[in-house]
Amino acid sequence: MSKELSDSYRDPTLAGQLVRWIAKISRKKIRLMEVCGTHTVSIFRSGIRSLLPDTISLVSGPGCPVCVTDPGDIDAFLALARMEGVTVATFGDLMRVPGSQGSLLELKSEGRDIRVVYSPLDALAVARENPDRKVVFLGVGFETTAPTVAAAVSQALQEGLANFFIYSAHKLVPPALAAISKNPDLRIDGFLLPGHVSVIIGSGAYRPFVETSRCPAVVAGFEPVDLLQAIGMLVSQIEAGEARLENAYKRAVSEKGNQAAQMLLENTFQVTDAPWRGLGVIPKSGLALKPEYAGFDAGKVLPLCVPASESPAGCRCGEVLIGKITPPDCPLFGTACTPVKPVGPCMVSSEGTCAAFHRYGGAS
Amino acid sequence: MTGQNDIIRLDHGSGGRISGELISKLLLPAFDNPILSKLDDGAALEVDGVRLAFSTDSFVVDPIFFPGGDIGDLAVNGTVNDLAMCGALPLYLSVGLIMEEGFNMSDLSRILSSMKRAAKAAGVLIVTGDTKVVPRGAADKIFINTSGIGRIPDHVHVSADGARPGDVVILSGSMADHGMTILNEREKLSFSHGITSDTAPLHRLTQKLLAAGKDNHKGNRKDIHVLRDPTRGGVGTALCEISERSNVGIDIFEENLPIKPAVAGLCELLGIDPLYVANEGKLLAFAARPAAEKILADLRSDPLGVEAQIIGEVRSDHPGKVHLRTRIGGTRIVSMPAGDQLPRIC
Repeated sequence: MSKELSDSYRDPTLAGQLVRWIAKISRKKIRLMEVCGTHTVSIFRSGIRSLLPDTISLVSGPGCPVCVTDPGDIDAFLALARMEGVTVATFGDLMRVPGSQGSLLELKSEGRDIRVVYSPLDALAVARENPDRKVVFLGVGFETTAPTVAAAVSQALQEGLANFFIYSAHKLVPPALAAISKNPDLRIDGFLLPGHVSVIIGSGAYRPFVETSRCPAVVAGFEPVDLLQAIGMLVSQIEAGEARLENAYKRAVSEKGNQAAQMLLENTFQVTDAPWRGLGVIPKSGLALKPEYAGFDAGKVLPLCVPASESPAGCRCGEVLIGKITPPDCPLFGTACTPVKPVGPCMVSSEGTCAAFHRYGGAS
Repeated sequence: MTGQNDIIRLDHGSGGRISGELISKLLLPAFDNPILSKLDDGAALEVDGVRLAFSTDSFVVDPIFFPGGDIGDLAVNGTVNDLAMCGALPLYLSVGLIMEEGFNMSDLSRILSSMKRAAKAAGVLIVTGDTKVVPRGAADKIFINTSGIGRIPDHVHVSADGARPGDVVILSGSMADHGMTILNEREKLSFSHGITSDTAPLHRLTQKLLAAGKDNHKGNRKDIHVLRDPTRGGVGTALCEISERSNVGIDIFEENLPIKPAVAGLCELLGIDPLYVANEGKLLAFAARPAAEKILADLRSDPLGVEAQIIGEVRSDHPGKVHLRTRIGGTRIVSMPAGDQLPRIC
């Protein structure tokens, strides 16, 4: 997006009008969930919480991919990094996430070969340059990230790279929303749907969820004006007693989404049941490599042995991830668990709710 | 620093909260003295009535050559700037070179000639030095340490604990240029337009600011309370440190923060907050409000300070905390980062 265009979505006058509109129409006390971690960060960075009326609580959802990664998968990543002859390539966010024993960052300090990459295609380059190493890319992310991983697998196949592997812990957003809306403890009145994921899957992908759950949902962009508009649309639906799917991010999200990316996903992955931190196993909510790509599947090819994993004692990341509690409700928050010494993943990732509260929170 | 964390990690060199802990728990107790414990950019010393600033800095940047500079001029400017931030006129530098076996002689020549140029531009003499070579793999190409001394004029008193409620906060130009240049080069992100390191000597700016008012009754040299070059950890970390050290609140305004469009774009793309990205040719000045316009004009009259802006103000409420007023009128906290995602930036 050009600077001029992005500036118009940060326009103070426009934002002020939306804030006044929301204050005017909001009557009921409601809880809205921003599903996406990038939304959480954007809401904090622009100070939106400080501008909303008391009637509206924003709770953060399971949209930080690192945070929802199951402790068992985190331990599998650590086990891979400890294997002789294995180079692990990962997004930076995973480096500090504590597993049952240590973190990738600690293993790197101990001399294990762990590379931070910005794209799975960079991991492919690492494999190309190090033919004597088995290079494993840690596949963590939603529908947004998975297509680039699929592209890397297809590229590796074309090149005949035999030392490139994927550990797929990819997850799908709509099944998690369904699980959250069914939980009576959570009382979510409306969902801000993730913009980036929606670019890929299309707004239409949420239609079955909205029809079944009867919960208002609006696809939202990431600039302050985008978010305020989407919040206003949710409030307006709720006040009118409606439950519809709306799209407040039409400049990027279409009804059908990016079909080329969807095709790539379909060709490479199959939908599988997947464990989520905080939500347990959700049926048909994960992506595993298809059998024809088994040769790239680190979980199948490498002798991976991961002991049973547990969340760290006292850590309530699981409840934070589904909006059951806010970070300050966790007794470890800001005391035993800080960005310097994180106990759970929500304090680690830049998109984690606890990290965002710790970094940006506190200002009224 | 016990148990599973009892080894040095990259974060210990980040300039953020984790390096702060290393300094306060291990280094300060080891060398305990009142000059060190001030923790300014350099030490302010008094020798037979002469006030001196003394500072040291090591440079391990990767890559060693980058748009806008190289490890050589960075090493000279870095120490020149640390001295300048003590209010000193930099005079003499030492240079220590640690090189890896196999390092190219032609690269070394290139680095030395850029050090020569930078020293000349900064008006300092490199008067002593040392070279060491370590076996291949025991260092990466070349690391450089520079130390320097400078003279602090009698009338100058600046320190990170000098900010006072009512002061304005001035930034001399765009944020995050150096750090994003290094990241762009190192990760081969190939954004070629408008992303260049800002490495530059700042003593001319500081001398101009601290001399302001000498022949002019409108200004006063005592109006400048804090000078700081926001290097590793960026403007955000520097402000957090100053607010803690001075026990004052700082409010900054998002719309006033200068940043080049290309740098802002790259930061957004990578999800990096430019407030925490390194600068190598910018300074923060805290000054009494009546002097602000004069200081701004002085800065803007120099090529290194053309884009200078008042970015915030010091308050007596929320002491020790930095608040940011967002463009849309919201408020959020700017907190000290734990570590850094970008090691070996300088």
